[in-house]
Amino acid sequence: MSGPAMKTMNMIEAINSALDIMLAKDPDVVIMGEDVGYFGGVFRATAGLQAKHGKTRVFDTPISECGIIGVGVGMAAYGLRPVPEIQFADYIYPGLDQLVSEAARLRYRSANDFICPMTVRSPFGGGIFGGQTHSQSPESLFTHVCGIKTVIPATPYDAKGLLIAAIEDNDPVVFFEPKRIYNGPFSGYYDRPVEPWSKHEGSAVPDEYYRIELGKAAVVREGEAVTVLTYGTMVHVVKAVVAEHGIDAEIIDLRTLLPLDIETIEASVKKTGRCMVVHEATRTSGFGAELAAQVQERCFYHLEAPVERVTGFDTPYPHSLEWAYFPGPVRLARAFDKIMKD
Amino acid sequence: MDNKLPESFGWSWVEADMAKSKKDNLAPLHLHIPEPKFRPGDVADFSDIIIPAVDVHPRPDEHVLPADIHPLAYGLVRVLDENHQATGSWNPGLDVATLQVMLRKMLLLRAFDDRMFRAQRQGKTSFYMKSFGEEATSVAATMALDFNDMCFPSYRQQGILITRDYPLVDMMNQIYSNRGDRLKGRQLPIMYSAKDYGFFSLSGNLTTQYPQAVGWAMASASRGDTRISAVWCGDGSTSEGDFHNALTFAAVYNAPVIFQVVNNQWAISSFSGFAGSERTTFAARAIGYGIAGLRVDGNDALAVYAAMQWAANRARNNGGPTLIEYFTYRGEGHSTSDDPGAYRAAEEYALWPLGDPVTRLKDHLIAIGAWGDAEHDALIIELSEYVKTIQKEAEQNGILGHGLHHPFETMFEDVFEEMPWHLKEQCAQMLEEQQDKFGSNWKAR
Repeated sequence: MSGPAMKTMNMIEAINSALDIMLAKDPDVVIMGEDVGYFGGVFRATAGLQAKHGKTRVFDTPISECGIIGVGVGMAAYGLRPVPEIQFADYIYPGLDQLVSEAARLRYRSANDFICPMTVRSPFGGGIFGGQTHSQSPESLFTHVCGIKTVIPATPYDAKGLLIAAIEDNDPVVFFEPKRIYNGPFSGYYDRPVEPWSKHEGSAVPDEYYRIELGKAAVVREGEAVTVLTYGTMVHVVKAVVAEHGIDAEIIDLRTLLPLDIETIEASVKKTGRCMVVHEATRTSGFGAELAAQVQERCFYHLEAPVERVTGFDTPYPHSLEWAYFPGPVRLARAFDKIMKD
Repeated sequence: MDNKLPESFGWSWVEADMAKSKKDNLAPLHLHIPEPKFRPGDVADFSDIIIPAVDVHPRPDEHVLPADIHPLAYGLVRVLDENHQATGSWNPGLDVATLQVMLRKMLLLRAFDDRMFRAQRQGKTSFYMKSFGEEATSVAATMALDFNDMCFPSYRQQGILITRDYPLVDMMNQIYSNRGDRLKGRQLPIMYSAKDYGFFSLSGNLTTQYPQAVGWAMASASRGDTRISAVWCGDGSTSEGDFHNALTFAAVYNAPVIFQVVNNQWAISSFSGFAGSERTTFAARAIGYGIAGLRVDGNDALAVYAAMQWAANRARNNGGPTLIEYFTYRGEGHSTSDDPGAYRAAEEYALWPLGDPVTRLKDHLIAIGAWGDAEHDALIIELSEYVKTIQKEAEQNGILGHGLHHPFETMFEDVFEEMPWHLKEQCAQMLEEQQDKFGSNWKAR
């Protein structure tokens, strides 16, 4: 029995493969952004795509995030399926009005007269010494807006399947790519050698088209003692800490923050009776606050301890003190100690 | 001071200077806050507005280089002269039937505005905005486009829909947010959407439509389509970043888009000086971007038509974008929510040196023997009666706040293509609230 041809891909290669497939499959797909054309993107996610699919399908843009996203809304109104890249999530703010007031509202305000099937890709998160303007995790700004889906993959396999589903979705999607794990999963130990994706099962990626449905979480480790809700880079950090300390945690990679897979979350927390929420973003009003609220609303009488939040601190992302800021193994171990004692 | 600089730097003056930052030997700076020339109680005097004669800057070839037509960004394209004749190289040479349609559409728009303004005053809806005094900038402009060209309006271009024969009853249903409203009562009155009529969904946020119109035009060009896009904004909202981002993108990609700035002098209570009009014209913004710029008498319907036709031909022949400024005047308040008597001189509109666009077109038709005062007055009555009839029809579907709205659960539809679980939960909660509020047979309402 032969399945689809598999390749070992890192996350960049998986994203590139998804874009390549969608450009070939759907003539309405258009990719644009700063440096994405001839050069192939600062992280190489669009490498080779302009040469293969042509300049009107994959092209560079002025340095104007408002323009990039606003033009994308207009292209979507025409009937195209734009996939703009915002070079760093930290640069997305000039385009925020076009996302929040336009892309997200177009279907609703026009009662389905116009729609906006646009996927905004953007590398996000820290751990690369990017300083305060190349490290942020602004996902909760987007989950707070009605009308946008927010997707964050944690493996090459998921990145490809989720990105294809996002591009095919008829609503606007913000697709945040955890840039720390573009080239390999991250244990949280920044002083250890980087492990390549090839040693991780998530790097086995079918060559061909496949979709991973938006709104479905993945249980990446089954366990009985505590449920950990996380996404992106932190999935791998949590896995490493859990392995190191021998904790029987059930780790859930949310993959899509909105719509949220509440069924998987609820079933797991009711089983384990404890819940920890982990993200790299700042703590106050972070997505963890929403997760903690959902869990206590649905699972209060099953909880044996307060929901624990492990997050970045409420400061701008510091450059030299990055590893004191990052919610790494020490912060996680202390939180596990606390939640298991309670 | 702990942070005293070492003497060896030779910078000991820095310390003294920090203590006393203002230099006595220089004139003090002062901040300029723009102020309109006239305020309530003043008698407006517009004698300083330069109105060049027809054809001071003749109509250039549509393929002209933008750099060769800079004077057109500072001049004023005009067709109708002092004797109400259509003259000069910009004269579009429209036949009598077309001119009569143009006049009729402008009068219908005026009748519609009057009726809907009154409906708001009667408490039938929350809000309305008239386009009195600037009807030509939507009606004549739209007539110069193809029906399939895409319009990205701002909030005062209901004339586009009226010109394209969109059903008035649908406009009114939207204004009343009633059960006949195609937008399901979700949008503030006048924020229409009509894809089938080439009319993009109105946002309510200003100038966001500018980059969108460029994106639409880029998509059309990339597909080898023949359709172009046209976008409107006001003088005030040229200050938004979106305006400048859009012009940059349009210039970079030579997009087939026509930018229009309806310079009606006022942004609610702020005169155009707060958008930079004390320094240059709005059409001159085009020069910095290297695109064609035209400044047009916005109350001369034939000049509006001519400029739009020039720009449309240019765009359709891959000549790229044009920025058109319509120099006009907002004859009434910004909306039903403000009283212009509180911030500008009375009678400004009556004194406006470029007159009224409807009157000027009417005078032209009379001058060429194709119209008469009696016919004109009869048409005004006919259109007013027509609008009243449609209004009665629309009110059968309800007025705002009187129960005849779309079903409650439609609030949760169209946030996404498919309703996710959290919206279904919230919808169920809202329906229970209605039951608590109205009793078990609330659905009958």
